[in-house]
Amino acid sequence: MTYQKPVPSIDPESAPYWEGARDGRLMIQRCGKTGQTFLYSRQLVPGVDDSKTEWIQASGKGEVYSFTVARRPAGQAFQGDCPYVVVSVTLAEGARIMSNLVTDDVDAVKIGMPVEVFFDEVSDELTIPKFRPA
Amino acid sequence: MSRQPVIVGVADAPTENRGRALPGTHVLSMQRDAANEALAEAGLAMTDVDGLAVAGMWGMPGPGAMQPNLLAEYLGIRFPKYLDGTNVGGSAFVLHAGHAYEMIKSGVCDTVLILYGSMQKSQSARSLGGRPAMFSNQFDMVAGLPSPAGAYAMAAHRHFHDYGSSRETLAEIAVATRAWACLNPAAAFQDPLSIEEVLAAAPIVDPLGRLDCCLVTDGGGAVVMTTEERAKDLNSKPIYVLGHGESASHSNINYMPDMGRLEVAEHSSQAAYAMAGLKASDMDMAMIYDSFTITTLLTMEALGLCGRGEGKDFVKGQRTAPGGKFPMNTNGGGLSYCHPGMYGIFLLIEATRQLRGGLGARQAPDVNTAVCHGTGGVLSSGATVVLSNAKP
Repeated sequence: MTYQKPVPSIDPESAPYWEGARDGRLMIQRCGKTGQTFLYSRQLVPGVDDSKTEWIQASGKGEVYSFTVARRPAGQAFQGDCPYVVVSVTLAEGARIMSNLVTDDVDAVKIGMPVEVFFDEVSDELTIPKFRPA
Repeated sequence: MSRQPVIVGVADAPTENRGRALPGTHVLSMQRDAANEALAEAGLAMTDVDGLAVAGMWGMPGPGAMQPNLLAEYLGIRFPKYLDGTNVGGSAFVLHAGHAYEMIKSGVCDTVLILYGSMQKSQSARSLGGRPAMFSNQFDMVAGLPSPAGAYAMAAHRHFHDYGSSRETLAEIAVATRAWACLNPAAAFQDPLSIEEVLAAAPIVDPLGRLDCCLVTDGGGAVVMTTEERAKDLNSKPIYVLGHGESASHSNINYMPDMGRLEVAEHSSQAAYAMAGLKASDMDMAMIYDSFTITTLLTMEALGLCGRGEGKDFVKGQRTAPGGKFPMNTNGGGLSYCHPGMYGIFLLIEATRQLRGGLGARQAPDVNTAVCHGTGGVLSSGATVVLSNAKP
Protein backbone atom coordinates (compact mmCIF):
# COMPACT_ATOMS: atom_id res chain seq x y z
CA MET A 1 0.00 0.00 0.00
CA THR A 2 1.27 3.45 -0.79
CA TYR A 3 2.16 5.80 2.05
CA GLN A 4 -0.93 7.89 2.89
CA LYS A 5 0.45 10.44 5.35
CA PRO A 6 1.80 13.86 4.39
CA VAL A 7 5.19 13.76 2.67
CA PRO A 8 7.60 16.68 2.83
CA SER A 9 7.93 19.17 -0.01
CA ILE A 10 11.71 18.90 -0.10
CA ASP A 11 13.50 22.06 -1.23
CA PRO A 12 17.18 22.68 -2.07
CA GLU A 13 17.93 23.83 1.48
CA SER A 14 16.33 20.84 3.15
CA ALA A 15 17.52 18.09 0.82
CA PRO A 16 20.63 17.22 2.90
CA TYR A 17 18.38 16.59 5.91
CA TRP A 18 16.17 14.11 4.05
CA GLU A 19 19.07 12.51 2.17
CA GLY A 20 20.84 12.04 5.50
CA ALA A 21 17.77 10.37 6.98
CA ARG A 22 17.68 7.90 4.10
CA ASP A 23 21.28 6.99 4.95
CA GLY A 24 20.49 6.64 8.66
CA ARG A 25 22.10 9.92 9.69
CA LEU A 26 20.37 12.79 11.53
CA MET A 27 21.68 15.95 9.87
CA ILE A 28 21.41 19.35 11.48
CA GLN A 29 22.99 22.69 10.75
CA ARG A 30 25.63 24.57 12.68
CA CYS A 31 26.71 28.18 12.56
CA GLY A 32 30.38 28.46 11.54
CA LYS A 33 30.66 31.67 13.56
CA THR A 34 28.93 30.96 16.87
CA GLY A 35 28.81 27.16 16.90
CA GLN A 36 25.06 27.13 17.62
CA THR A 37 23.11 24.32 16.00
CA PHE A 38 19.64 24.70 14.57
CA LEU A 39 16.82 23.47 12.42
CA TYR A 40 14.90 24.01 10.19
CA SER A 41 17.59 24.05 7.62
CA ARG A 42 18.26 27.12 5.55
CA GLN A 43 21.37 28.95 4.39
CA LEU A 44 21.10 31.56 7.14
CA VAL A 45 21.66 31.40 10.85
CA PRO A 46 18.72 33.01 12.62
CA GLY A 47 19.86 36.13 14.44
CA VAL A 48 23.48 35.98 13.21
CA ASP A 49 24.68 38.37 10.50
CA ASP A 50 27.22 37.30 7.85
CA SER A 51 26.66 33.73 8.94
CA LYS A 52 28.14 30.63 7.39
CA THR A 53 26.22 27.43 7.83
CA GLU A 54 27.53 23.89 7.80
CA TRP A 55 25.87 20.49 8.07
CA ILE A 56 26.87 18.14 10.86
CA GLN A 57 25.66 14.71 11.90
CA ALA A 58 23.87 14.85 15.25
CA SER A 59 24.32 12.17 17.89
CA GLY A 60 20.61 11.45 17.78
CA LYS A 61 20.37 11.73 21.56
CA GLY A 62 18.28 14.33 23.30
CA GLU A 63 15.50 14.99 25.75
CA VAL A 64 11.82 15.86 25.50
CA TYR A 65 11.33 19.64 25.35
CA SER A 66 7.56 19.34 25.07
CA PHE A 67 4.99 16.97 23.62
CA THR A 68 1.35 16.20 23.10
CA VAL A 69 -0.56 12.96 22.94
CA ALA A 70 -2.94 13.14 19.99
CA ARG A 71 -6.21 11.52 21.03
CA ARG A 72 -7.74 12.79 17.79
CA PRO A 73 -5.86 12.41 14.53
CA ALA A 74 -4.41 15.09 12.27
CA GLY A 75 -6.57 13.85 9.43
CA GLN A 76 -7.69 10.43 8.27
CA ALA A 77 -4.20 9.06 7.59
CA PHE A 78 -3.31 9.23 11.28
CA GLN A 79 -6.61 7.73 12.54
CA GLY A 80 -5.16 4.26 13.14
CA ASP A 81 -2.23 5.64 15.15
CA CYS A 82 -4.29 7.25 17.94
CA PRO A 83 -3.18 7.81 20.60
CA TYR A 84 0.23 8.87 19.29
CA VAL A 85 2.88 11.23 20.60
CA VAL A 86 4.19 14.28 18.77
CA VAL A 87 7.33 15.49 20.47
CA SER A 88 9.70 18.42 20.38
CA VAL A 89 13.17 17.17 21.29
CA THR A 90 16.15 19.23 22.39
CA LEU A 91 19.07 17.39 20.82
CA ALA A 92 22.32 16.98 22.75
CA GLU A 93 23.85 19.46 20.27
CA GLY A 94 21.21 22.08 21.19
CA ALA A 95 18.90 22.21 18.17
CA ARG A 96 15.22 21.49 18.63
CA ILE A 97 13.50 18.95 16.37
CA MET A 98 9.86 17.89 16.13
CA SER A 99 8.83 14.33 15.30
CA ASN A 100 7.03 11.35 16.76
CA LEU A 101 8.02 9.66 20.00
CA VAL A 102 7.17 6.03 19.41
CA THR A 103 6.29 4.25 22.64
CA ASP A 104 3.81 1.70 23.93
CA ASP A 105 3.19 3.82 27.01
CA VAL A 106 2.02 7.26 25.88
CA ASP A 107 1.00 8.18 29.41
CA ALA A 108 4.58 7.83 30.67
CA VAL A 109 5.97 10.54 28.40
CA LYS A 110 7.41 13.46 30.36
CA ILE A 111 9.33 16.64 29.67
CA GLY A 112 13.03 16.02 30.23
CA MET A 113 12.76 12.32 29.40
CA PRO A 114 15.84 11.04 27.48
CA VAL A 115 15.13 9.90 23.92
CA GLU A 116 17.13 8.67 20.93
CA VAL A 117 16.57 8.79 17.22
CA PHE A 118 15.70 5.88 14.94
CA PHE A 119 15.00 5.92 11.25
CA ASP A 120 11.58 4.87 10.02
CA GLU A 121 11.71 3.94 6.33
CA VAL A 122 8.08 4.64 5.51
CA SER A 123 8.48 4.28 1.72
CA ASP A 124 11.21 3.78 -0.88
CA GLU A 125 11.55 7.55 -1.15
CA LEU A 126 11.04 8.69 2.43
CA THR A 127 12.76 7.89 5.71
CA ILE A 128 11.62 9.88 8.75
CA PRO A 129 13.82 10.43 11.80
CA LYS A 130 11.68 9.49 14.82
CA PHE A 131 12.44 9.01 18.48
CA ARG A 132 12.00 6.37 21.16
CA PRO A 133 12.71 6.40 24.89
CA ALA A 134 16.47 6.03 25.50
CA MET B 1 -7.65 70.00 15.84
CA SER B 2 -7.22 66.66 17.52
CA ARG B 3 -6.36 63.76 15.29
CA GLN B 4 -6.35 61.43 18.30
CA PRO B 5 -7.77 58.17 16.92
CA VAL B 6 -10.96 56.88 18.50
CA ILE B 7 -13.34 53.96 17.98
CA VAL B 8 -16.82 55.28 17.20
CA GLY B 9 -18.71 52.23 15.93
CA VAL B 10 -18.72 48.48 16.50
CA ALA B 11 -21.00 45.64 15.42
CA ASP B 12 -20.95 41.87 15.37
CA ALA B 13 -22.92 39.76 12.93
CA PRO B 14 -25.91 37.93 14.45
CA THR B 15 -25.82 34.11 14.50
CA GLU B 16 -28.23 31.41 15.63
CA ASN B 17 -28.21 27.71 16.48
CA ARG B 18 -24.79 27.56 18.20
CA GLY B 19 -23.05 30.04 15.95
CA ARG B 20 -24.54 29.60 12.49
CA ALA B 21 -24.96 32.62 10.23
CA LEU B 22 -28.56 33.60 9.60
CA PRO B 23 -30.21 32.06 6.52
CA GLY B 24 -29.55 34.03 3.35
CA THR B 25 -26.23 35.39 4.65
CA HIS B 26 -22.99 35.06 2.76
CA VAL B 27 -19.48 36.15 3.61
CA LEU B 28 -19.76 39.56 1.93
CA SER B 29 -23.31 40.44 2.99
CA MET B 30 -22.40 39.59 6.58
CA GLN B 31 -19.59 42.15 6.46
CA ARG B 32 -21.78 44.74 4.75
CA ASP B 33 -24.46 44.42 7.43
CA ALA B 34 -21.90 44.69 10.23
CA ALA B 35 -20.27 47.69 8.54
CA ASN B 36 -23.58 49.48 8.12
CA GLU B 37 -24.56 48.80 11.72
CA ALA B 38 -21.23 50.04 13.08
CA LEU B 39 -21.34 53.15 10.89
CA ALA B 40 -24.97 53.86 11.81
CA GLU B 41 -24.13 53.61 15.50
CA ALA B 42 -21.78 56.56 15.02
CA GLY B 43 -23.99 58.41 12.55
CA LEU B 44 -21.55 57.84 9.71
CA ALA B 45 -22.20 56.44 6.21
CA MET B 46 -20.20 54.21 3.88
CA THR B 47 -19.28 57.32 1.84
CA ASP B 48 -17.39 58.64 4.89
CA VAL B 49 -15.03 55.67 4.87
CA ASP B 50 -11.61 56.40 3.36
CA GLY B 51 -9.63 53.56 4.88
CA LEU B 52 -10.30 49.81 4.81
CA ALA B 53 -8.62 46.98 6.72
CA VAL B 54 -9.71 43.38 6.36
CA ALA B 55 -8.45 39.84 6.94
CA GLY B 56 -10.18 36.49 6.64
CA MET B 57 -10.01 32.95 5.36
CA TRP B 58 -12.22 33.79 2.37
CA GLY B 59 -11.13 35.59 -0.78
CA MET B 60 -10.91 35.40 -4.53
CA PRO B 61 -9.38 32.00 -5.35
CA GLY B 62 -6.05 32.26 -7.15
CA PRO B 63 -2.93 34.26 -6.42
CA GLY B 64 -3.54 36.50 -3.40
CA ALA B 65 -6.86 36.59 -1.61
CA MET B 66 -7.21 40.33 -2.37
CA GLN B 67 -9.88 40.87 0.25
CA PRO B 68 -9.41 44.68 0.44
CA ASN B 69 -10.00 44.98 -3.32
CA LEU B 70 -13.07 42.77 -3.18
CA LEU B 71 -14.61 44.61 -0.26
CA ALA B 72 -13.84 48.11 -1.54
CA GLU B 73 -15.61 47.07 -4.75
CA TYR B 74 -18.53 45.32 -3.05
CA LEU B 75 -19.12 48.08 -0.49
CA GLY B 76 -18.66 50.87 -3.03
CA ILE B 77 -15.86 52.54 -1.09
CA ARG B 78 -14.44 54.85 -3.75
CA PHE B 79 -10.68 55.35 -3.86
CA PRO B 80 -9.78 54.67 -0.23
CA LYS B 81 -6.52 56.27 0.93
CA TYR B 82 -5.46 53.40 3.18
CA LEU B 83 -5.82 49.68 2.42
CA ASP B 84 -4.74 46.90 4.74
CA GLY B 85 -4.96 43.19 4.06
CA THR B 86 -2.31 42.15 6.56
CA ASN B 87 -3.13 38.62 7.56
CA VAL B 88 -1.03 37.24 10.39
CA GLY B 89 -3.78 35.04 11.78
CA GLY B 90 -6.52 35.91 14.24
CA SER B 91 -4.52 38.77 15.74
CA ALA B 92 -4.82 40.68 12.44
CA PHE B 93 -7.68 42.98 13.42
CA VAL B 94 -5.96 44.22 16.56
CA LEU B 95 -2.91 44.87 14.41
CA HIS B 96 -5.17 46.68 11.89
CA ALA B 97 -6.39 48.94 14.68
CA GLY B 98 -2.78 49.84 15.38
CA HIS B 99 -2.10 50.56 11.72
CA ALA B 100 -5.35 52.55 11.45
CA TYR B 101 -4.25 54.58 14.48
CA GLU B 102 -1.10 55.65 12.64
CA MET B 103 -2.89 56.38 9.37
CA ILE B 104 -5.54 58.49 11.08
CA LYS B 105 -3.15 60.26 13.41
CA SER B 106 -0.76 61.20 10.61
CA GLY B 107 -3.56 62.47 8.39
CA VAL B 108 -3.37 59.86 5.63
CA CYS B 109 -7.08 59.18 6.09
CA ASP B 110 -9.91 60.09 8.44
CA THR B 111 -12.28 57.16 8.86
CA VAL B 112 -11.21 53.51 8.81
CA LEU B 113 -13.45 50.48 8.58
CA ILE B 114 -12.01 47.22 9.98
CA LEU B 115 -13.97 44.19 8.77
CA TYR B 116 -14.21 40.45 9.24
CA GLY B 117 -16.56 37.71 8.09
CA SER B 118 -16.49 33.91 8.12
CA MET B 119 -18.85 31.11 7.15
CA GLN B 120 -16.54 28.31 8.31
CA LYS B 121 -19.18 26.46 10.33
CA SER B 122 -21.85 26.51 7.64
CA GLN B 123 -19.26 25.43 5.11
CA SER B 124 -17.66 22.79 7.39
CA ALA B 125 -14.29 24.27 6.50
CA ARG B 126 -12.30 23.20 9.55
CA SER B 127 -10.38 20.02 10.40
CA LEU B 128 -7.36 19.02 12.47
CA GLY B 129 -5.54 18.06 9.26
CA GLY B 130 -3.28 21.07 9.20
CA ARG B 131 -1.29 22.64 6.42
CA PRO B 132 0.93 21.16 3.70
CA ALA B 133 4.31 19.78 4.75
CA MET B 134 6.38 22.56 3.22
CA PHE B 135 8.77 25.32 4.32
CA SER B 136 9.38 24.97 8.06
CA ASN B 137 6.43 22.59 8.31
CA GLN B 138 8.04 19.92 6.09
CA PHE B 139 10.05 18.53 9.00
CA ASP B 140 7.17 17.95 11.36
CA MET B 141 3.80 17.83 9.57
CA VAL B 142 4.93 14.32 8.72
CA ALA B 143 4.55 13.59 12.45
CA GLY B 144 0.83 14.34 12.41
CA LEU B 145 0.57 17.27 14.82
CA PRO B 146 -3.15 18.13 14.92
CA SER B 147 -3.31 21.74 13.85
CA PRO B 148 -3.56 24.17 15.50
CA ALA B 149 -4.63 22.41 18.73
CA GLY B 150 -1.52 20.23 19.03
CA ALA B 151 0.78 23.22 18.94
CA TYR B 152 -1.07 24.89 21.80
CA ALA B 153 -1.03 21.59 23.70
CA MET B 154 2.76 21.53 23.51
CA ALA B 155 2.90 25.05 24.92
CA ALA B 156 0.56 24.00 27.72
CA HIS B 157 2.74 21.05 28.72
CA ARG B 158 5.77 23.31 28.77
CA HIS B 159 3.99 25.91 30.90
CA PHE B 160 2.82 23.21 33.32
CA HIS B 161 6.39 21.93 33.59
CA ASP B 162 8.04 25.33 34.04
CA TYR B 163 5.54 27.02 36.34
CA GLY B 164 3.42 24.37 38.05
CA SER B 165 0.19 25.29 36.30
CA SER B 166 -2.21 22.44 35.57
CA ARG B 167 -5.36 21.31 33.82
CA GLU B 168 -7.25 22.81 36.79
CA THR B 169 -5.69 26.20 35.99
CA LEU B 170 -6.96 25.96 32.43
CA ALA B 171 -10.38 24.81 33.62
CA GLU B 172 -10.70 27.93 35.78
CA ILE B 173 -10.36 29.95 32.58
CA ALA B 174 -12.93 27.89 30.65
CA VAL B 175 -15.44 28.13 33.49
CA ALA B 176 -15.00 31.88 34.05
CA THR B 177 -15.30 32.56 30.35
CA ARG B 178 -18.49 30.49 30.14
CA ALA B 179 -19.91 32.42 33.09
CA TRP B 180 -19.48 35.62 31.08
CA ALA B 181 -21.08 33.95 28.04
CA CYS B 182 -24.11 33.15 30.19
CA LEU B 183 -24.62 36.94 30.43
CA ASN B 184 -24.26 37.50 26.68
CA PRO B 185 -27.44 36.72 24.73
CA ALA B 186 -25.37 36.52 21.52
CA ALA B 187 -23.11 33.77 22.86
CA ALA B 188 -23.29 30.34 21.23
CA PHE B 189 -23.07 28.55 24.59
CA GLN B 190 -24.93 29.94 27.59
CA ASP B 191 -25.14 26.90 29.87
CA PRO B 192 -23.01 27.17 33.04
CA LEU B 193 -19.96 24.94 33.20
CA SER B 194 -18.11 23.40 36.15
CA ILE B 195 -14.40 22.71 36.66
CA GLU B 196 -15.25 18.99 36.81
CA GLU B 197 -16.99 19.10 33.45
CA VAL B 198 -13.99 20.76 31.82
CA LEU B 199 -11.62 18.16 33.30
CA ALA B 200 -13.89 15.30 32.22
CA ALA B 201 -14.45 16.53 28.65
CA ALA B 202 -13.27 14.37 25.78
CA PRO B 203 -9.48 14.53 25.42
CA ILE B 204 -8.29 16.04 22.11
CA VAL B 205 -4.55 16.67 22.39
CA ASP B 206 -3.13 16.16 25.89
CA PRO B 207 -3.36 18.16 28.06
CA LEU B 208 -6.21 19.91 26.23
CA GLY B 209 -9.73 18.52 26.22
CA ARG B 210 -12.77 19.52 24.22
CA LEU B 211 -13.67 22.37 26.57
CA ASP B 212 -10.17 23.84 26.46
CA CYS B 213 -10.66 24.46 22.74
CA CYS B 214 -12.43 27.35 21.06
CA LEU B 215 -15.71 26.93 19.27
CA VAL B 216 -16.08 26.52 15.53
CA THR B 217 -18.71 29.05 14.45
CA ASP B 218 -19.61 31.48 11.70
CA GLY B 219 -19.45 35.16 12.49
CA GLY B 220 -18.23 38.57 11.57
CA GLY B 221 -17.82 42.07 12.81
CA ALA B 222 -16.95 45.67 12.08
CA VAL B 223 -15.03 48.42 13.87
CA VAL B 224 -15.04 52.07 12.78
CA MET B 225 -12.23 54.41 13.78
CA THR B 226 -11.93 58.15 13.16
CA THR B 227 -10.46 61.27 14.77
CA GLU B 228 -11.52 62.67 18.12
CA GLU B 229 -12.38 65.89 16.30
CA ARG B 230 -14.77 64.13 13.91
CA ALA B 231 -16.26 62.15 16.80
CA LYS B 232 -17.50 65.37 18.43
CA ASP B 233 -20.30 65.53 15.85
CA LEU B 234 -21.15 61.82 16.07
CA ASN B 235 -23.71 59.87 18.06
CA SER B 236 -21.58 57.38 19.96
CA LYS B 237 -19.29 57.80 22.95
CA PRO B 238 -15.75 57.70 21.51
CA ILE B 239 -13.31 55.16 22.88
CA TYR B 240 -9.72 56.34 22.73
CA VAL B 241 -6.98 54.18 21.26
CA LEU B 242 -4.02 55.14 23.43
CA GLY B 243 -1.33 52.76 22.31
CA HIS B 244 -0.58 49.79 20.12
CA GLY B 245 2.13 47.23 19.39
CA GLU B 246 2.72 44.12 17.30
CA SER B 247 5.29 41.38 16.84
CA ALA B 248 5.94 37.86 15.54
CA SER B 249 8.43 35.14 16.41
CA HIS B 250 7.81 31.95 14.42
CA SER B 251 5.45 30.14 12.10
CA ASN B 252 5.82 26.55 13.32
CA ILE B 253 5.49 25.84 17.05
CA ASN B 254 8.81 23.96 17.15
CA TYR B 255 10.58 27.26 16.52
CA MET B 256 8.83 29.22 19.27
CA PRO B 257 11.76 30.47 21.33
CA ASP B 258 10.25 29.45 24.71
CA MET B 259 6.99 27.52 24.56
CA GLY B 260 6.13 28.40 28.16
CA ARG B 261 6.36 32.14 27.57
CA LEU B 262 4.54 34.30 25.01
CA GLU B 263 7.35 36.68 24.14
CA VAL B 264 5.56 38.26 21.16
CA ALA B 265 2.91 39.53 23.57
CA GLU B 266 5.56 40.83 25.94
CA HIS B 267 7.01 42.88 23.09
CA SER B 268 3.72 44.12 21.64
CA SER B 269 2.19 45.00 25.01
CA GLN B 270 5.28 46.81 26.25
CA ALA B 271 5.17 48.95 23.11
CA ALA B 272 1.44 49.60 23.57
CA TYR B 273 1.74 50.52 27.26
CA ALA B 274 4.70 52.82 26.56
CA MET B 275 2.79 54.66 23.84
CA ALA B 276 -0.22 54.99 26.14
CA GLY B 277 1.90 56.15 29.06
CA LEU B 278 0.26 53.47 31.18
CA LYS B 279 1.25 50.28 32.93
CA ALA B 280 -0.30 46.83 33.07
CA SER B 281 -1.49 47.63 36.59
CA ASP B 282 -3.50 50.55 35.16
CA MET B 283 -5.70 48.18 33.14
CA ASP B 284 -9.23 47.67 34.49
CA MET B 285 -10.05 44.74 32.24
CA ALA B 286 -8.57 42.57 29.49
CA MET B 287 -9.83 41.09 26.28
CA ILE B 288 -7.47 38.25 25.40
CA TYR B 289 -7.62 36.00 22.37
CA ASP B 290 -8.69 32.61 23.74
CA SER B 291 -8.27 30.15 20.92
CA PHE B 292 -7.49 27.70 23.71
CA THR B 293 -7.46 28.09 27.48
CA ILE B 294 -3.66 27.98 27.41
CA THR B 295 -3.59 30.99 25.06
CA THR B 296 -5.25 33.07 27.75
CA LEU B 297 -2.92 31.83 30.49
CA LEU B 298 0.22 32.59 28.48
CA THR B 299 -1.13 35.96 27.36
CA MET B 300 -2.18 37.30 30.77
CA GLU B 301 1.33 36.66 32.04
CA ALA B 302 2.92 38.23 28.97
CA LEU B 303 0.72 41.32 29.27
CA GLY B 304 1.99 41.78 32.83
CA LEU B 305 -1.46 41.37 34.41
CA CYS B 306 0.39 39.01 36.74
CA GLY B 307 3.99 37.86 36.95
CA ARG B 308 5.37 35.09 34.78
CA GLY B 309 4.20 31.77 36.18
CA GLU B 310 1.65 33.48 38.43
CA GLY B 311 -1.29 32.98 36.09
CA LYS B 312 -2.40 29.94 38.08
CA ASP B 313 -3.01 32.15 41.10
CA PHE B 314 -4.44 34.99 39.03
CA VAL B 315 -7.32 32.84 37.72
CA LYS B 316 -7.84 30.70 40.84
CA GLY B 317 -11.26 30.77 42.47
CA GLN B 318 -12.93 32.40 39.42
CA ARG B 319 -11.07 35.69 39.86
CA THR B 320 -11.74 36.64 36.22
CA ALA B 321 -15.43 35.62 36.20
CA PRO B 322 -18.41 37.98 36.64
CA GLY B 323 -18.20 39.39 40.17
CA GLY B 324 -14.48 38.57 40.35
CA LYS B 325 -11.57 40.93 40.88
CA PHE B 326 -10.48 41.27 37.28
CA PRO B 327 -12.95 41.14 34.36
CA MET B 328 -11.54 39.22 31.41
CA ASN B 329 -13.09 38.04 28.15
CA THR B 330 -16.44 39.45 29.15
CA ASN B 331 -18.25 38.51 25.92
CA GLY B 332 -17.69 34.82 26.60
CA GLY B 333 -14.61 34.61 24.42
CA GLY B 334 -13.67 32.32 21.61
CA LEU B 335 -14.31 29.50 24.05
CA SER B 336 -18.03 30.19 24.52
CA TYR B 337 -19.24 33.23 22.52
CA CYS B 338 -17.98 32.64 18.98
CA HIS B 339 -14.86 31.64 17.10
CA PRO B 340 -15.24 31.97 13.34
CA GLY B 341 -11.55 31.12 12.78
CA MET B 342 -10.00 34.58 13.23
CA TYR B 343 -11.46 36.01 16.40
CA GLY B 344 -9.42 39.17 17.00
CA ILE B 345 -12.02 41.73 15.92
CA PHE B 346 -14.36 40.65 18.73
CA LEU B 347 -11.76 41.74 21.29
CA LEU B 348 -12.04 45.32 20.03
CA ILE B 349 -15.84 45.17 19.81
CA GLU B 350 -16.35 43.92 23.36
CA ALA B 351 -13.75 46.21 24.96
CA THR B 352 -15.40 49.19 23.27
CA ARG B 353 -18.82 48.17 24.56
CA GLN B 354 -17.58 47.64 28.09
CA LEU B 355 -15.78 50.99 28.14
CA ARG B 356 -18.89 52.78 26.89
CA GLY B 357 -20.88 51.17 29.71
CA GLY B 358 -24.52 50.24 30.04
CA LEU B 359 -24.22 46.54 29.19
CA GLY B 360 -26.65 45.45 31.88
CA ALA B 361 -25.86 42.18 33.64
CA ARG B 362 -22.70 41.76 31.57
CA GLN B 363 -21.32 45.20 32.43
CA ALA B 364 -18.03 44.97 34.27
CA PRO B 365 -18.00 47.51 37.12
CA ASP B 366 -15.79 50.61 37.01
CA VAL B 367 -13.89 49.87 33.82
CA ASN B 368 -12.18 52.88 32.23
CA THR B 369 -9.17 51.24 30.60
CA ALA B 370 -8.83 47.97 28.70
CA VAL B 371 -6.04 46.01 27.11
CA CYS B 372 -6.87 43.91 24.03
CA HIS B 373 -4.43 41.30 22.80
CA GLY B 374 -4.78 39.16 19.69
CA THR B 375 -2.78 36.02 18.94
CA GLY B 376 -2.33 34.65 15.43
CA GLY B 377 -1.06 31.39 13.98
CA VAL B 378 0.25 29.02 16.64
CA LEU B 379 1.27 31.65 19.22
CA SER B 380 3.13 33.12 16.23
CA SER B 381 2.05 36.75 16.00
CA GLY B 382 0.70 39.14 18.58
CA ALA B 383 -0.95 42.55 18.55
CA THR B 384 -1.96 44.71 21.51
CA VAL B 385 -4.02 47.87 21.83
CA VAL B 386 -4.73 49.91 24.94
CA LEU B 387 -8.14 51.59 25.05
CA SER B 388 -9.72 54.14 27.37
CA ASN B 389 -13.05 55.89 27.69
CA ALA B 390 -11.32 59.07 28.88
CA LYS B 391 -9.50 61.68 26.84
CA PRO B 392 -5.75 61.20 27.23
